[in-house]
Amino acid sequence: MAENIIIYGLLSSGVYALLAVGFSLIFGVARIANLSHTAFYMLAAYLIYTFASALGLNLYLSIILAIITVTAVGIISYRLLIARVRQHEATTLIVTIAMAVIIQEAILKAFGGQPRGVPKLLSGSTEILGVSVLNQQLLTLGVVILMLLVTWIFLMKTKTGVAIRSTAQDREVANLMGINVSRMEMLTMAISVGLAAIAGALVAPLFVLTPGMWAHPLVMILAVVVLGGLGSLKGSLIGALVLGFAENLVVFSRPEGAYLKTSVALTVMLIVILIKPEGLFGIVFEEERG
Amino acid sequence: MKWLIKGATFLLIACLILAALGCADEEAKEIRVGVIGPMQFQMGEHHWMGATLAADEINAAGGIKVGDEYYKIKLVQVDSNELVSPADAATAAERAITVDRVDFLMGTIRSEGAMAVQEVAMDHQTIFMVCGSSETKMSDKVAQDYARYKYWFRVTPFNNTYLGMMNFTLVGMVAQQVVAQLHTAPKLAILAEKASWTDAIVAAAQTILPTKGIQVVSEVWRPSGQADDVTAELLAIKDSGANMIMTALSGTVGIAYGRTWGELQIPAASVGINVMAQADDFWENTNEYGNYEMTLNVYARDVELTEKTAAFMDAFIAEKGQTPTYNAGTYDALYILKEAIERADSLDQDNIVAFLEETDYIGTGGRFVFDAKHDVTWGPGYVTGVGVQWQNGELKGVWPPADGSWPTGGPSVTYAGIVAYQMPPWVIDYWT
Repeated sequence: MAENIIIYGLLSSGVYALLAVGFSLIFGVARIANLSHTAFYMLAAYLIYTFASALGLNLYLSIILAIITVTAVGIISYRLLIARVRQHEATTLIVTIAMAVIIQEAILKAFGGQPRGVPKLLSGSTEILGVSVLNQQLLTLGVVILMLLVTWIFLMKTKTGVAIRSTAQDREVANLMGINVSRMEMLTMAISVGLAAIAGALVAPLFVLTPGMWAHPLVMILAVVVLGGLGSLKGSLIGALVLGFAENLVVFSRPEGAYLKTSVALTVMLIVILIKPEGLFGIVFEEERG
Repeated sequence: MKWLIKGATFLLIACLILAALGCADEEAKEIRVGVIGPMQFQMGEHHWMGATLAADEINAAGGIKVGDEYYKIKLVQVDSNELVSPADAATAAERAITVDRVDFLMGTIRSEGAMAVQEVAMDHQTIFMVCGSSETKMSDKVAQDYARYKYWFRVTPFNNTYLGMMNFTLVGMVAQQVVAQLHTAPKLAILAEKASWTDAIVAAAQTILPTKGIQVVSEVWRPSGQADDVTAELLAIKDSGANMIMTALSGTVGIAYGRTWGELQIPAASVGINVMAQADDFWENTNEYGNYEMTLNVYARDVELTEKTAAFMDAFIAEKGQTPTYNAGTYDALYILKEAIERADSLDQDNIVAFLEETDYIGTGGRFVFDAKHDVTWGPGYVTGVGVQWQNGELKGVWPPADGSWPTGGPSVTYAGIVAYQMPPWVIDYWT
């Protein structure tokens, strides 16, 4: 059972981590809690369905087109809506959740409520430590690790990445240092939504597409970022691992309570923040911000 | 000039009165039936399509005869939104009765939504025919408080108790195949979504199946009905050593289940209730990994349950491009209602209830007879349902068996179009 929990804990954590890092990135840089983050993830999945299954395009091309389209929609929504209200945190929350609901209703109208499936890039399964794992899940984990590495290298090793981190640490000083803060924020929004779209592309062949598929991951990534410390990328990774493992621990050890896996994971989050209200890496992050 | 204006005004008023009288006369010859269901989803679409086909046929034949007059059926589409918000179903029903002035209601899918609509319909003493929920609590209310709940009837599917009995019958059939083909004793794992309708089935399975020589794994896997991944559950079932899985799934989890079960080649034959596997798009949604998935159903494309099934099936597929699910039971429901109204020769709800209770109608799904609790009767000679299995992209009827035998005795049940059950080859490879 331990092998199952380790392997499937890792697989579950991967997608949560990719979503949570994107969410945390835009929150850390622009203090935008984008509650439509997972709606973009859902939009990417439905676009892949449209391009690949409905229009018959090549699956790889469909994925690229979906990621580009969703990133473009993210940038436009940032320019037209979020940027105008971002100074008011409560308004930003309401605007972004409204965007999510609008995307959900638009998808419901366009595709109906019936579930949809997307073809897989890889079929079949592989035995690891005696545990059967779908090849698509392995691919997903590999791409997640790659994307997290690319994001980390971009933020740590490139000039633009340093500018983004500078904006996150102190917007005014960054501005005084000649960094185009608004541009950095928009770029961060694009990266954030792009990561959500990639997550959507990865899970589309694994999950069932429904117009409500954005809600559960939103709850989970909010829990992940609160657990890890709001705005902390490292915290998001650790938070995703903790909750991913907690969910799988429930399913494997208490099968009759499998439906409670999310509740148990959220309880873990609540216990941690009761002990450490700023989250696992909240203080470090605040110190980093100065 | 004045007299001209007065005259014109008089004529105008007279025309308006005549027009109003005309409308009233037209409305009086119309029976309004509210078809209530989640209209953005396939279930609601099938509710509507089933009722539309029946209404078109009945209207084309003249309508419903009451006294010397013929009434046309006017269908009113009522979106219950119950899959998203069950509470919306009650509001939709209230509006349908009080604003749209429907005379009868039929439809609903989710237990919570159906029960909410039941209360509203009973408040208004409006006949409500369920075509989608198996919740036994609704029929129990008829027994407990007949005066209030007598206006409620269930057409499809049969209630949870009957569903459980049929489910166990299908399990018994597959268990025989396990013994015959795998040369091992049947060992069953239960995977049931966490919902009120599955609780009784799970409890009964744990009690009844061991008495029939089927070992039941002590753990029961209870994912959410909307879970998008049940890989962990299936791996745990594989580890339990089960060679059969009994499902009780109505939500989208059924797709995740079918897809992962086939792709991971879990070495256990799947049988039970998987509502998602009853729909044509299950094959595509599971990327064809749903092959060999077996579920109980009300209809199967090539199985002629009665002499009316094939014509209905052809008409439904021609209109909708999909095989009807049990929600399309609105077709039979509308005919049952028509017959009851005509036998009552009245539009009084209490009179119609009395004649609905005496229903004995051969419909597309079988012979419909209501029991004392207004549930459609299940069993040989009545509505039986059909066990279906995905076989290479087609949903085939595999039960009742071709020899017509019924597990508890009784008259034999034979339908044209039944084929042999197929054990998944990877299950055979694993166990032999």
